[in-house]
Amino acid sequence: MRTIHELTTAFAKGDASPVAVAEEYLARIGALDAKVGAYLTVTRDEALAAARAAEARYRARAPLGPLDGAPIALKDVFCTRGVRTTSGSRILDTYVPPYDATIVARLKAAGAVILGKTNMDEFAMGSSTEHSAFQLTRNPWDLARVPGGSSGGSAAAVAGGLAAGSFGTDTGGSVRQPAAFCGVVGMKPTYGRISRYGLIAFASSLDHVAPLTLDIVDTALLLGATAGHDPLDATSVDAPVPDYVAALTGSVKGLRVGVPDEYFGEGLDPEIDRAVRVAIDRLRDLGASVERVSLPTTEYGVATYYIVAPAEASSNLARYDGVKYGLRVPGKDLIDMVSRTRAAGFGAEVKRRVMLGTYALSTGYYDAYYGQAQRVRTLVRRDFEKAFERVDVLATPTTPSVAFKHGEKADPLAMYMNDVYTIPASMTGLPAISVPCGFNAAGLPIGLQLIGRTLDEATLLRAAHAYEQATPWHAKRPSLG
Amino acid sequence: MADGKYETVIGLEVHAQLATRSKMFCGCPTGFGAPPNSQTCPICQGMPGVLPVVNRTAVEYAVRTALAFGLRVNPACRFARKHYYYPDMPKNYQISQYEEPLAEEGALDVEGPDGLRRIGIQRLHLEEDVGKLVHEGDFGTAQSSLVDYNRSGMPLMETVSRPDLRSPEDAAAYLRAFRAVLVALGVCDGNMEEGSLRCDANVSLRPRGATELGVKVEIKNLNSFRNVQRALEFEVKRQSAALDKGERIVQETRLYDADRGATRSMRSKEYAHDYRYFPEPDLVPLKLDRAWIEQQRAAIPELPRARRERFVVQYGLPPSDASLLAQSRALADYCDRAVRVYAQNPKGIVNWITSEVLREVDAADEVAVTNFQIPPENLAGLVKLIDDGTISGKIAKDVFARMLTSGEDAATIVKREGLTQMADPGALGSLVDQAIAGNPKAVADFKAGKTAAAKALVGQVMKASGGKANPAMVDRLVQEKLSRS
Repeated sequence: MRTIHELTTAFAKGDASPVAVAEEYLARIGALDAKVGAYLTVTRDEALAAARAAEARYRARAPLGPLDGAPIALKDVFCTRGVRTTSGSRILDTYVPPYDATIVARLKAAGAVILGKTNMDEFAMGSSTEHSAFQLTRNPWDLARVPGGSSGGSAAAVAGGLAAGSFGTDTGGSVRQPAAFCGVVGMKPTYGRISRYGLIAFASSLDHVAPLTLDIVDTALLLGATAGHDPLDATSVDAPVPDYVAALTGSVKGLRVGVPDEYFGEGLDPEIDRAVRVAIDRLRDLGASVERVSLPTTEYGVATYYIVAPAEASSNLARYDGVKYGLRVPGKDLIDMVSRTRAAGFGAEVKRRVMLGTYALSTGYYDAYYGQAQRVRTLVRRDFEKAFERVDVLATPTTPSVAFKHGEKADPLAMYMNDVYTIPASMTGLPAISVPCGFNAAGLPIGLQLIGRTLDEATLLRAAHAYEQATPWHAKRPSLG
Repeated sequence: MADGKYETVIGLEVHAQLATRSKMFCGCPTGFGAPPNSQTCPICQGMPGVLPVVNRTAVEYAVRTALAFGLRVNPACRFARKHYYYPDMPKNYQISQYEEPLAEEGALDVEGPDGLRRIGIQRLHLEEDVGKLVHEGDFGTAQSSLVDYNRSGMPLMETVSRPDLRSPEDAAAYLRAFRAVLVALGVCDGNMEEGSLRCDANVSLRPRGATELGVKVEIKNLNSFRNVQRALEFEVKRQSAALDKGERIVQETRLYDADRGATRSMRSKEYAHDYRYFPEPDLVPLKLDRAWIEQQRAAIPELPRARRERFVVQYGLPPSDASLLAQSRALADYCDRAVRVYAQNPKGIVNWITSEVLREVDAADEVAVTNFQIPPENLAGLVKLIDDGTISGKIAKDVFARMLTSGEDAATIVKREGLTQMADPGALGSLVDQAIAGNPKAVADFKAGKTAAAKALVGQVMKASGGKANPAMVDRLVQEKLSRS
């Protein structure tokens, strides 16, 4: 299982062929994805055409850059021109977008070979990919367990060697949590760092495009190729994109690492607690200084998130009415058609959140719910600002538990609590990364989360890279046969 | 209803489509009358994944309008989502502004029968338009409907007046003055038939002398000045008849049916929405820099009221003519251009505009005025030829008619057709002599004291000259020669 940078370096040297590599991945998907269930759509023809074009460029010694020919997978939440895009929902079962998302256009422009579209919780609502309308996805480390979610298909594809890298979206932890569960790297950059244009919206103020990779160099490459201002996204940040690979110096000397007390309390699996503390010790051994900090508003994160995200979702999902595209269930009149379409097209979790959000935005409740949640959000942001006066990065567990079994968390609240450590960075828009930091006794991966300052992805990547290079975890791979 | 026992209270909400080249939140063109759904893209069709981006020109236009009405432009404003389900609205929410509009608190001075009245304007905000439903058959029985999203996402500027209007005529006058300002600013073409300007009215009655407002009724679908006035007249009558009978007015939305000349209730339940407004998360707050706002102020051209006053002072026009011209930007521009070429007689020029030019084109049709066959410079040339005695007023009308068809200037036509006025006393004198010699009866009548007989002789001379004789000179010569003979 090779990383993107290993593959494209080999392409450049002529030691490997983009077409042969694409065929290898497609063959592996054909042989193994029945077990994993990572892909909803495999775009074989498009992938091979892109690989052939890349190969021609390498032969002409004019590759497009370090992603040229890299076989990657995309969460089925990104619109791909001419390729079915479902967002994991029955209501978009047959939807074929007429345009490419900005992220897709930028990846194509960088020469990436898109292998297909990966499974996800419906409209990115979930933490296990069990809320997909189409299929279960299995964790390559233990097929009886979930890969996490909502970007479970993208994480499982990378962990299982069914793609060299992938993109997901992270709204409350939907890339970092599956990265932790599947033992890969997942990074949510600063809000607005990567354009959201063409990403099927769940919660607009929380949605982040986020790469999943086998190592930190690959994360730096994917981030560098896709970050930057987009005139089509008014919330995208207009700031220069640094050379993230050049930022990977291998050193954390003088780096100040904060450890927030609130992330190591009740509900945290003791094996994860231990692994993360060992990882923090490792950072100290490498030259970082470590100190305790406090983020007192942490306990309000989940509650606040579950007002803001459903409220925005109830609005964003209003367009699925059977009038213009996707599923339509006929009715006796317009209202009846819309009701029947949405009743048949949305799954239970989506309906639950649409109802929650509709209620939170209703006249008379707006200020008490949505208004109050936005005020709490400001307080959470202040907590972080205060902590970042003293430290450069925060180190926490990514998840309170390791990957759970399918069906284990049937209670929505138990499922929601799985995002307790990832939600604060989502709510504040701060960059955060999950890197593998060990395994529990049963051999399931554990993730270390690092949270950084706004737009300071370079420092996060440098810290994560130094840690990765000093530990064996990123080299361990599951065996799928 | 100035003499009735009720006072009428009216407020208007005007939706103006801004004359930008592209839509409010996407790059689609804004032309009128294109084939259905030909001016659409994933954004204005509400496809999954799309995002809005604010049209800067629309913001400029809105800010200029706000400044023209003396509204306070908020240094930061926000867009908000307004939710309801309707198939002409592709996202099932409209991007509008709610708690933080672009501008607040201004006024428009409206000329009424009792002089100038200041009508308050409460707020001005930007929003996107919705598409159009085309029902296959009659609305009530149609088995299917089609949607045209060409209009979806068109930039709209909504302006809400204070309830300061006191009669249907007032409301129509407000709308006319409002339209004139928008057209003068160049931010809206003001075309009500094509829906560039749409109006909803809130109307209530209260006992004369009362300070509390009565129950208001909203009337929708007012798409011409005439409809605004007629709908309000109907509604005032309906409400006052109801109040006379001791009935209560129900707060509701009514639709104006222009064919029946009546308003009818829209089922209130269907329209009792909870819009669930919340700040549009896909757009950042719009921050307007003070210096930029001042640049917009500097870009405001002369507005109708100022222009009217200038016409009175500078051109010496009667106020009624000045108002007529100033209400139409194109007409006022026409006048100014003509006077620039020939400044000696602005009144003469305006007389030709109000009598002859407006016989040919509708004053409200800005495009027709702008494209009028006789350019203002040529009209000025015609007036100058009359003033310097080259042609008579009568001949001038013929020349005007030729200018309309040929597009030539007056001097060219006069020269080619030999229409120059005869003002040579010798030549005219011999024509007069011939007339006197040939009409002994008229001469006798004149001598008998019938002074009107001289007119017949003048007419003879004019006829003999082919209309080219200077009438005043002929008149003088006839009088002289008759007295002497």
